[in-house]
Amino acid sequence: MPHPLSRVLALGIFLVFFTGGCIPNNPYRPSERGKNIFYTSFDEPPKHLDPARSYSSNEYDFIAQIYEPPLQYHYLKRPYELIPLTAESVPVPVYLDKNNNVLPPDAPPDRIHRAIYEIRIKRGIMYQNHPAFAKDKDGRPLYMDLTDDDLDGIEEIKDFPFTGTRELRADDYIYQIMRLADPLNHSPILSILEKYILGLREFADALKKELEEIRKERRKRAGAAYNQLLDERRNPIVLDYRKFPLPGVEKVDDYTFRIILKTKYPQFVYWLAMPFFSPVPEEVVRFYKQGPLEERNITIDRFPVGTGPFRMETYNPNMEIVLVRNENFRGERYPEEGEPGDMEKGLLEDAGKEMPFIDRIVFKLEKEAIPRWNKFLQGYYDSSGITSDSFDQAVTLSAEGKAELTDFMKEKGIRLVTAVRPSTYYMGFNMLDDVVGGYTDEKKKLRQAISIALDYEEFIDIFNNGRGIPAMSPIPPGIFGYLKGKEGINPFVYTWDEKKKKPVRKGIEEARRLLAEAGYPGGRDRSGRPLVITFDNAWTGVDAKPIINWFIKRLKLLGIQLENRTTDYNRFQEKMLKGNFQLFSWGWNADYPDPENFFFLLVGANSKVKFMGENAANYSNPEFDRLFRLMENMDNTPERLEIIRKMIRILQEDAPWVWGYHPVSFGLFHQWVRNTKPNAMANNTMKYIRIDAKLREMKRMEWNRPNFMPLIVVLVVLVVGSIPAVISVRRRLSGSFTP
Amino acid sequence: MPVVLSTDLIVYFLVLLIIYCAFAVRKEGYLSIAWHQIRTNKLAMVSMFILFLYIGVALLDSIRWRDVVLDSEGRVMHKEDGSVIYSPQALSLLDRLLHDMRVNTEKTFSAPLATHLYVKETIELPDGTRIRDYPPLKYPGTHLLGTDKVGNDVLFSAIKGIRTGIVIGTGTTIIIIPFAILFGVLAGFYGGVVDDIIQYIYTTLSSIPSVLLIVAFMLIFGERGYQGGLITEEDIFFKIFVPNDRLFWLCVIMGITSWTDLCRLLRGETLKLREMDYVQAARAFGVSSLRIIYRHIVPNVMHIVLITFVLQFSGLVLAEAILSYIGIGVGPEMGSWGNMINTARLELSREPIVWWNLFAAFIFMFGLVLPANIFGDAVRDALDPRLRVR
Amino acid sequence: MLAYIIRRVLYAFPIIMGVNLLTTVLFFYVNTPDDMARKILGEKNITQEAIENWKRDRGYDLPVFINTEEKGLAMITQTIFFQKSLPLLWFDFGRSDRNNIDIGREIQKRMWPSLSISLPMFIIGIMANLTFAMLIAFYRGTYLDIWGVVLCVIMMSISTLFYIIGGQYLLGKVLKLFPISGYDTGIYSIKFIILPVIIGVISTMGVGIRFYRTVFLEEINKDYIRTASAKGLSETRVLFKHALKNAMIPVLTNVVVSIPFLFYGSLIMEAFFAIPGLGSFTIDAIQAQDFAIVRSMVYLGSILYIVGLILTDISYTLVDPRIRLE
Repeated sequence: MPHPLSRVLALGIFLVFFTGGCIPNNPYRPSERGKNIFYTSFDEPPKHLDPARSYSSNEYDFIAQIYEPPLQYHYLKRPYELIPLTAESVPVPVYLDKNNNVLPPDAPPDRIHRAIYEIRIKRGIMYQNHPAFAKDKDGRPLYMDLTDDDLDGIEEIKDFPFTGTRELRADDYIYQIMRLADPLNHSPILSILEKYILGLREFADALKKELEEIRKERRKRAGAAYNQLLDERRNPIVLDYRKFPLPGVEKVDDYTFRIILKTKYPQFVYWLAMPFFSPVPEEVVRFYKQGPLEERNITIDRFPVGTGPFRMETYNPNMEIVLVRNENFRGERYPEEGEPGDMEKGLLEDAGKEMPFIDRIVFKLEKEAIPRWNKFLQGYYDSSGITSDSFDQAVTLSAEGKAELTDFMKEKGIRLVTAVRPSTYYMGFNMLDDVVGGYTDEKKKLRQAISIALDYEEFIDIFNNGRGIPAMSPIPPGIFGYLKGKEGINPFVYTWDEKKKKPVRKGIEEARRLLAEAGYPGGRDRSGRPLVITFDNAWTGVDAKPIINWFIKRLKLLGIQLENRTTDYNRFQEKMLKGNFQLFSWGWNADYPDPENFFFLLVGANSKVKFMGENAANYSNPEFDRLFRLMENMDNTPERLEIIRKMIRILQEDAPWVWGYHPVSFGLFHQWVRNTKPNAMANNTMKYIRIDAKLREMKRMEWNRPNFMPLIVVLVVLVVGSIPAVISVRRRLSGSFTP
Repeated sequence: MPVVLSTDLIVYFLVLLIIYCAFAVRKEGYLSIAWHQIRTNKLAMVSMFILFLYIGVALLDSIRWRDVVLDSEGRVMHKEDGSVIYSPQALSLLDRLLHDMRVNTEKTFSAPLATHLYVKETIELPDGTRIRDYPPLKYPGTHLLGTDKVGNDVLFSAIKGIRTGIVIGTGTTIIIIPFAILFGVLAGFYGGVVDDIIQYIYTTLSSIPSVLLIVAFMLIFGERGYQGGLITEEDIFFKIFVPNDRLFWLCVIMGITSWTDLCRLLRGETLKLREMDYVQAARAFGVSSLRIIYRHIVPNVMHIVLITFVLQFSGLVLAEAILSYIGIGVGPEMGSWGNMINTARLELSREPIVWWNLFAAFIFMFGLVLPANIFGDAVRDALDPRLRVR
Repeated sequence: MLAYIIRRVLYAFPIIMGVNLLTTVLFFYVNTPDDMARKILGEKNITQEAIENWKRDRGYDLPVFINTEEKGLAMITQTIFFQKSLPLLWFDFGRSDRNNIDIGREIQKRMWPSLSISLPMFIIGIMANLTFAMLIAFYRGTYLDIWGVVLCVIMMSISTLFYIIGGQYLLGKVLKLFPISGYDTGIYSIKFIILPVIIGVISTMGVGIRFYRTVFLEEINKDYIRTASAKGLSETRVLFKHALKNAMIPVLTNVVVSIPFLFYGSLIMEAFFAIPGLGSFTIDAIQAQDFAIVRSMVYLGSILYIVGLILTDISYTLVDPRIRLE
């Protein structure tokens, strides 16, 4: 009876032994054993690896190891500090007035006409080896004007037989800034940079017009048969940036360039640490913009070329992405100082040693949380996050609410690393709405009542296992302007408990009272109709249902009925844009560690409905806007802190958001991984990490002893169980047939 | 004020169908013989009883009305224009019967019949010291199957899933069967142009991979549909009817995608049947085609319809879980075993494991599918004249 | 026969056009390019200008069926339908919306991992199902039959998702016999294939065995079998020769049509086991709402389906000569 199945099992066991060495569940090849490789996972294929386009942290995991912008964040120091990467030093802006006179750094912002950042890059930095740099005998690029025949057998960049390299130059940075304006690159930050970089908007418009001209020309030539997509695939358009002036970027010499801003913008240096400002050589772009290569999916959006410690070897986003050590890397040394306590944690053991420490980074695609977690426990991934459901297995909270590893994890030698992320998850009110919006005292009280009722302490407890900090304002911890302790609480939602030294949320009675004062006693309006508020969110996932139910449950305490309107993210955005909503849930990750990056989400001029900005609540308070304009151009001085404090108080009273919470990320690392310190701003962290491959090999062996016994038992039972069946078949066959 | 969803109509139709059968069994000879046959099968009778129980619960959960809103002194509230104000929540008879179960919620997970939560919390003792322990439940020992992540009673969620299961399993098939028989038999019997046209229709439809078709369809029609929870004034037509019901659209599109399979099976079988001697003989005697189809073909393909119905019933209930996984299933506020299994999927990797959610969904689903299969078999045995002799 | 096949192939054209029209209407009228642009451009700083720009680049700024701004032939050619759907006819799938890759190449690459899972699953599955079904039919009426059916019913009332989670948990995590998920190329892929194949086979057994059992019982109870057995033929001979052969029609309708779809892979399986096949390609596209890929997969699905139908009809004649293909 069990023949087919048992045969498969037998074959399976045999093959497992044949291919996997003595650990049958090892997902890696035998040849990788004991190698200096870092294994980790990614849960969805990256969309873009082109530094002009890429704008999400899961893409930065890859490109930040490859591309090098001029600046980076110090790996160990806190608060976050910018240090040079390829630049000689962190640029200090020079401010000019209308007559090009140099102004002192503390000159009032309205006098500043130009801000000039001069960036000098280090000499002798070489690019990774790449076919785009390969030259023939006469010094011409080897792989230009390729035809389909030339590309026989070439599927990936590593299939090209010849490669070359060259030195990093200022031109490469300038070229990339120009690429940000290229309409074909769809850079998501163009609309922001246009406001600051001199002449960038005009330059982008000119490029756009040029592109239209080229298309029109091609359309005319091809006639009715014109198919824009086919045409541009076979014959990609390369815009010539030199045809148009860009006064905001100047080349001084091969190693120096300037960026000229129209206004004072102290936050600009932070942009210089983001991959958007990475160097991209023009010959690389020209190499990739060849029809036959595009048809083979070999593009700059998939195969980055950089000067960083790693280069991309394999790009198979459906399975794995492999980065290997860049042979031409100039060598960078591990930081010699950190914040107090780093020495004790062993984070300075490698101080001054040459980075990177690992030879390869293997990212495996792992969409499902369960297999990812199990493989981490088996030692096949070196690091892991924690999902809400694996939390209890990994972490216990001590009586003081401090996170600690469970004994099970401690036995495995796993280490826990926690950090507050510079992000905020909030619930916003539509300030343009008749019911929940508006700035009268009644409306403020309505919003404050809801803010009290949505008990985020409980939310964090249930859904995040305590991995979050209830927010008092949009500013998360670690960002200038965040206030600790009593002075930091939101007095409209919390009271301060002197004994326990912690904020206490006001009771639901207080919320009910506020609601009554707002004109909704018991959640009913004057005509007695229950108050129904629509709630828009994009939580389509499996685990969303309990969260939605929680919100409904909390507001029911006030007698308010929450009508849930979950849609996919697409339609959610559409609703946000049209202003067709009352209460919504959204989040924000900081681009850089400055309060400006949070406050601008609430500035009237950024209203989503009116100006398509990022202010989804459409909040607009003239006093807040005025203070914002003052604050955004200031350095981190006590005066700035005072203004921020005023702004926070205005926000807390108006309550355009229920401030929600700031997530705390928990990372787990195996004992063989060293030099791990969470850094919410830096992305190029792989170069710091060191692993002990021998220890890992030992532990994997120890943790993954296969257990064949149950299988053998099942087989024996099946075989024995089938014996009577066989006997009775024999007997029956000898008898006669009765249907 | 009563409220009727379009899926409620499916449940009402199912109940009417059962009543019709009960009467038909008494009158007609053929069906009543079959009925006597089934009655001798104890297992089938037990199954039928369980099925009726399920359908009864589904019916209880399909009769719903909105309450009048009362003010703090218990008087009926009126709008400015004098009309009575109704609550936007349409609770079903079942919700009202199981009021305690619905309302007595805990904070988060608790094991079946437990007295304490399943998750440790920081508790402050009266003397001010803080320990980390399992806090006691608000309603200890009352949750027969424990509570889920937000503290809702799992047994109640599972019971609420019955209606969704019945509607998906029967509604879908009720919608497809007439079309499948009509088109399948016509195509197989007439061949030629009729075959070509029918094949064109169903090939075009079925050649679109069903998941993709369901996704596209649900994105259009299911998006703004009623998903359980509150009813807004825009949803309601003629004061009581809610036509735009997400579950109904799910039935329709699943019907459209599974229609073609049955149709193809019937066509294949008819192709075989029309070459049979007795059909050839009837043709030779000049019996009209329609009569042949009615008398010889349709009765002889009914067993395939039945097998498909039975096999599909469970398949459809299970397919709902998969659609939930892709994110296009029943809305989160409508109880469904699919959603429960899908949540339990993540809970299984918890340590210590949370098993009762999955267990409840499994038991309730199993309790529906198993009797349906047994009863379906019995009906088939009774209806198929050749099998009856056995 | 040959004429029939040719005719069927010619049918394919209107079917494909029908599918094309249907999908064009669904994907371009109902889900507008503006929707797609917003989804694809990401979360931060999206301006209407960026959306227009994106549509312009991808050719989504054209009208769907008729371009009234153009003259003559260009009224038809400068449309979304003409430029996006027509190239499908010569298997030019175009580029994906999300990351602008050549879909045709991606399909070629991803077909093989799908096949490496679905082919063994298909063959072993059919063999196992038929064998068990015959055995149960052999023991009809006895306790083995009853318990077999009960087992089938139990097995079929368990969600596929549960089989996968349970299998990964038991065989992968507890017994540590297989890698929990993943894939590798060439010979190294074998150890990743076994677990999904075992789970895939077991999860379809309940439905399969039950179905084939019913089919066999149908046949066994037919008059010619009685006649054959009355003539004194042995049971094995009757069951395996006559009954099996005549039961082949329902079996074939069920089986042959799915053969071409082996290339297509399984959505859920591939997503759970992280297998880089066409199934996960499709599910990713659905979740990312990449309609260029969804459209291509719809088109590919229709082609495979048509091939499957033709194969089915051919196999009918091979099994049962009484069926004529006119």
